[in-house]
Amino acid sequence: MTEESTGRLDEGALRALVPRVLAGLVRRGEDFGAAEDALQEALLEAVRVWPDHPPRDPGAWLSTVATRRLVDARRSDAARHRREEATYAEPAPSTAPAAVGDDALFLLFCCCHPELSPGSQVALTLRAVGGLTTREIADAFYVPEATMAQRISRAKRTVRGRRLDQPGDLAVVLRVLYLIYTAGHADRVDLAGKAIRLARQLTLTTEEPEALGLLALMLLNHARLPARFDSAGRIVTLDRQDRGLWDTGEIVEGVRVLQSALAAARPGRYQIEAAIAALHDDAASAEETDWPQILAWYDDLVALTDDPVRQDPSAVLGRAVAVGHVLGAAAGLRETDRLREVLGDRHRWHAVRGHLHELDSDLSAAAAAYADAGHRARNVAERDHLIRQAARARRLHVEKL
Amino acid sequence: MPKYLLLKHYRGGPEPHHPFQPMDQWAPEDVEAHMTFQRHVVELLEERGEYVGAEALTPARTWVRYGGPNAAPVTTDGPLPETSDLVAGWFMIDVESYERAVELAAYVSSEPGPHGEPLYEWIDVREVMSGAPSED
Repeated sequence: MTEESTGRLDEGALRALVPRVLAGLVRRGEDFGAAEDALQEALLEAVRVWPDHPPRDPGAWLSTVATRRLVDARRSDAARHRREEATYAEPAPSTAPAAVGDDALFLLFCCCHPELSPGSQVALTLRAVGGLTTREIADAFYVPEATMAQRISRAKRTVRGRRLDQPGDLAVVLRVLYLIYTAGHADRVDLAGKAIRLARQLTLTTEEPEALGLLALMLLNHARLPARFDSAGRIVTLDRQDRGLWDTGEIVEGVRVLQSALAAARPGRYQIEAAIAALHDDAASAEETDWPQILAWYDDLVALTDDPVRQDPSAVLGRAVAVGHVLGAAAGLRETDRLREVLGDRHRWHAVRGHLHELDSDLSAAAAAYADAGHRARNVAERDHLIRQAARARRLHVEKL
Repeated sequence: MPKYLLLKHYRGGPEPHHPFQPMDQWAPEDVEAHMTFQRHVVELLEERGEYVGAEALTPARTWVRYGGPNAAPVTTDGPLPETSDLVAGWFMIDVESYERAVELAAYVSSEPGPHGEPLYEWIDVREVMSGAPSED
């Protein structure tokens, strides 16, 4: 590892060339999956050859070698199928003019093809645009490398032959990037950081305010990451975090990006969620949080859907917390009652009620709600956190008696 | 080296050594000691070169069976009888011997409970069938 990073070849710079070269090949009419395979082979070749023979134009070199591989692959295919070699010797003519700046966006549309499942969209995006190896992606999702390799090759088969010169659905791309962000297991592979870099690339190629909103949302949440866990890996909730640990650089950038998004006056859910995150980041202490302003943004958020309780229950639940802080815990609890049917089996609903009961100084009810939440948690860190909250609330309750 | 699963159960198994409350009703410091011990077990296994994996399961369970041709899968609904066995999670270990597996299971069972006393929890030790036929 040390040898690689201090060696003569900068692997990061090499991987950074991938989107441009790959986009060039696909735009020229190459099959996405075949082009991706050929480019991976060209990268291996580069690692072998470049230290002794550095190319003048690395991107062009990769493109040429990958093209040669594609032609070779077609020749052997052609032989198998007893077809005329000449038909395949040259790539199909370009169907769309290449605009270099749009390469990342174009590739994201390929990887986030609507016929792919979310898991496959994520894997393909990380590999083809994010520059992660299959091994790294497998590690990030705790599955065997062979499983991830198979998922990626099935995804590539699915998009084979699909027309990729149509503009894709940006909303799908944004959702995939957010999935990558929220899957971030920081201890193994920094997916959150990767998602931020991809979103930043994306905002260079589109003016869409929601793309900026997503980048802002990620930055403003990521800024709090250093305070979110203590040294023993325990979750620290927002109201107890050491705000001195927050990354002010990310907050400044996030606020700037958010302002440019809001300037377009076309609000959307990522911009609104980013605005809420910005208000949390802006408070010097938990007590100074501007809850009325946060509630106003939540009002906008739930107004985005016709039936928020069914279509966007997590927004209604977040709003219930804000209601609890602005209008009182009892009002907040009444808001959560509307969600009982939809979210009553989810740990988040019980955790929020625990928080609101505590705000209401009903520590017995808080302890019971935290315990109910803990029994429904779906990861160990959250389960442990909620059981701790239950034990803590119960202790406070007993001390008050 | 043989592999073993050390299974922990939400319920089921032999008569408990002694009754205890659910963890959310313990004193906070006892909860903390218990959770620290669980992390410590993983660290110990890693350090000894005996760790393969560890997972926890949520208590929600669905029994599913084939519904027949052109029919949806059949699933159980509603809560199951409290007496049925329910796995909570496991450590997968790769050790020298059965004796070592039993020793580690007993160590896992010594995890601290209320007032710092050991829980004496029953651990279900199961050997994993090996991948390759043994040589004669």
